Amino acid sequence: MKSHVWRPLYVVLVIIALVLVAREVLVPDDFGIGERGYMYGWHRPSNEQQWKDVKVKYRTAEYCKECHREKYDEIKTSPHANINCENCHGPALGHPDDPKTLDTDRSRELCARCHFRLEYAASGRGKIRGIDPKTHNPGLDCVICHWPHDPRKEGHKQ
Amino acid sequence: MTISRRSFCKKSLLIAGGLVIPLSALELFDPKRLLAEKNDGNKTRWVFLVDTHKCVGCGFCVKACKIENDIPYDANVTRTWVERYVITKDGKTHIDSPKGARDGFPTSSIDIGHGKMEQIRDEEIDKAFFVPKLCNQCDNPPCVQVCPVGATYQTADGVVLVDREWCIGCGYCIMGCPYGVRFFHPVHHVAEKCNFCYHRITKGMQTACVDSCAFGARRIGNLKDPDDPVTKVIMTERVNVLKEEYGTKPQVFYLGLTKEVK
Repeated sequence: MKSHVWRPLYVVLVIIALVLVAREVLVPDDFGIGERGYMYGWHRPSNEQQWKDVKVKYRTAEYCKECHREKYDEIKTSPHANINCENCHGPALGHPDDPKTLDTDRSRELCARCHFRLEYAASGRGKIRGIDPKTHNPGLDCVICHWPHDPRKEGHKQ
Repeated sequence: MTISRRSFCKKSLLIAGGLVIPLSALELFDPKRLLAEKNDGNKTRWVFLVDTHKCVGCGFCVKACKIENDIPYDANVTRTWVERYVITKDGKTHIDSPKGARDGFPTSSIDIGHGKMEQIRDEEIDKAFFVPKLCNQCDNPPCVQVCPVGATYQTADGVVLVDREWCIGCGYCIMGCPYGVRFFHPVHHVAEKCNFCYHRITKGMQTACVDSCAFGARRIGNLKDPDDPVTKVIMTERVNVLKEEYGTKPQVFYLGLTKEVK
């Protein structure tokens, strides 16, 4: 039989061989079916470790407590006990090695996140004591009169 | 050359058969595949519990999430966000989430888009509340199913992750998620989503949003641990999930949902 009958077969075989070689080169060694099965588990398992290795930035009040015990004790016995240090002071990631990375937010807007009065009785917001920032001492920082670590105390006097 | 019908049929079958052999070499039988489809013996299944009664809309969770997970702070994308629902006496539902509530809700007016605000008087309000949203880490994640390259997948403990090196950015998963939690990462140019702070929970910590929530509105737990306080709430109280009708089996449970919440 003439070779032109077989030629397409050879071409197809070469294409398949090329696909197999390319697959061998391109697909990572560990790529395969994970624990979640054929439909949801296809992945590169080493990527799980990459996600686990992401750096923790918010190190929680337990970390701050190691050096700032007195500040910790003050806020934890105040009506603001439920607020974590890093909510206002920023993530502790580079602290204390690089003090500049601690980005403390003393703005009115920060306090207003909770204390801007909204009459929402169906949510916890309606139960928080609040003010209208437009009429309540506009332009002044809240921390001048209110001490954020214990709102029962007076704030910074300038 | 002449070729008889019989010999033509024979030879074409031979060629077709010859083609099938190398194709089957593309996939070898893998016993792991069968094993994987059996019931898992894992000790961990991360789930989330949101108490909408407790949420006050301060948005500290959104701020913490964006910083913790390196989501560009001023880009209008976020892994988690808080929605405000204001239901007025005329039966209308007003929903907004300015900047995903990164800065909380700095005004009582509803952001209706295109820079316009809608003022609602307190007397008109029937009920108003806040609903935090995040990835539901579904048991049947449609976003994973549609990924053509195996770049997004579910781990054994139930968290859906995205492989940034393997994602081609086709966007199928972003369209496939019924909850709209996925977006393009403006820096890495790949699909991005909430992963329950996988780097934190696998170290025994809480997620950044849970740690920054001052009101206990957000909690994370292990559903496979019967003594976990979150598991106890899910098993004994009236919890609900979002868009149950989609069959995605979402694993973020809500306390205090109403029919207006989508």
